[in-house]
Amino acid sequence: MIEIKDLHKSFGSHKVLKGINETVDESEVLCIIGPSGSGKSTMLRCINHLEEPTSGEIYIDGELITDKNINEVRKRMGMVFQSFNLFPHKTVLENITIAPMNVKGVSQEEAEKKAMELLARVGLEDKASEYPKSLSGGQQQRVAIARALAMDPEVMLFDEPTSALDPEMVGEVLSVMKDLAKEGLAMIVVTHEMGFAKEVADKVIFMDDGVIVEEGTPEQVIDDPQQPRTKDFLSKVLSV
Amino acid sequence: MAMYWKGFLIACQGIPATVAVSLIAVIIGAIIGLFLALLRLANNTVLRTIAKIYIDVVRGTPMVVQAFIFAYGIPQLLQANNVEFRWDNLVIPAVIVCGLNSAAYMAEIVRSGIQAVDKGQMEAARSLGMSKSMAMRLIIIPQAVKVILPAVGNEFVTLIKETSVLSFVGVVEVMRRGALWNAATFETFPAYIGVALVYMLLTIPLSKIIGHVEGKMRHEEAA
Repeated sequence: MIEIKDLHKSFGSHKVLKGINETVDESEVLCIIGPSGSGKSTMLRCINHLEEPTSGEIYIDGELITDKNINEVRKRMGMVFQSFNLFPHKTVLENITIAPMNVKGVSQEEAEKKAMELLARVGLEDKASEYPKSLSGGQQQRVAIARALAMDPEVMLFDEPTSALDPEMVGEVLSVMKDLAKEGLAMIVVTHEMGFAKEVADKVIFMDDGVIVEEGTPEQVIDDPQQPRTKDFLSKVLSV
Repeated sequence: MAMYWKGFLIACQGIPATVAVSLIAVIIGAIIGLFLALLRLANNTVLRTIAKIYIDVVRGTPMVVQAFIFAYGIPQLLQANNVEFRWDNLVIPAVIVCGLNSAAYMAEIVRSGIQAVDKGQMEAARSLGMSKSMAMRLIIIPQAVKVILPAVGNEFVTLIKETSVLSFVGVVEVMRRGALWNAATFETFPAYIGVALVYMLLTIPLSKIIGHVEGKMRHEEAA
């Protein structure tokens, strides 16, 4: 469904991605792990062109993603950010309905009905008329997930969705994500949550210094890493 | 003392003209300023350069010079080219000059407001499939407006005072009323004290209101 071919990305002379090849199939969950600065987030952001790839190709359902079709393609990809990025001047309900109504032309009634269903799914139907600032971080992130789902995406991109949360709120967000994975939604998740990766991922890739160092099932990569860099990273992460 | 009171009352007669010119100009300035700000932030280099030149020219020349060019220079130029033209009322070029002048300052205010909106807002909007212009309209500008409201208010206060230069081109506003009365009576000190009091009467309450709104917004932000 998503195919990445020889993706390179540089910021000035700084090479962040040095040739990434990867595929994600329908209803597959891919977790990307690795140290900060390894290019995980950049790779994710290249998929929906929030970062313009320097070279290489990305396909969705066999269709090459370009500047021309990017708005179309983005309707099919939901994205969840580390810092939530809810629209502070809109209520929770409006945050969820604004894109379906304006981008897809869905009627207000229909959009609101769908939004309430999604809010129920993330356990926040009682917050519909609140503004984002009155919500906790975990609640905001769940609204952000509902907002992305409102566009009926084929794949969801998660960029460290729990890294900005207080520890006690991580669980509620991960549990929503687990439900999505169970329902068979394709997901690409940049995360430091090894427990989540182990439980939910079909495939894990370990990135370091702009390349994929190791990839495989969670059992292979997390429990039995072969590469010294993977072993070193995991020993530091898992020992805490 | 009576002369001061008289001077104040004379200057008050200019209030409608001063307020009308300032108000219309600030509205023109806000609309054109928003447009200029969007040009300044455009990807296209030509559009960006046009906006930059406009802003530099307007901010780099005194408004009184601009007023003379519009009120007298342009009609003269047209007449020299055999186009019959004169302003029906000097308030018209006055409003245009103030509006275009204010637009240049407003453009920088709006631009800073747009840039103050978190970068993640644009990314979130774009990631939902919105075009750049839709994201600007629905997500960025509504947030920027809130940020710049106090600065726009201050621009209005500045403009009220700046319109005094229009007296040089013959618009009968507060300053001109005082100057005319001075010319007739030679009560120079009371005349201009009256003028000064009228400007204070307009600007100080306005500043107070802006300060109040600003404080309230800051309070909301913290809540």
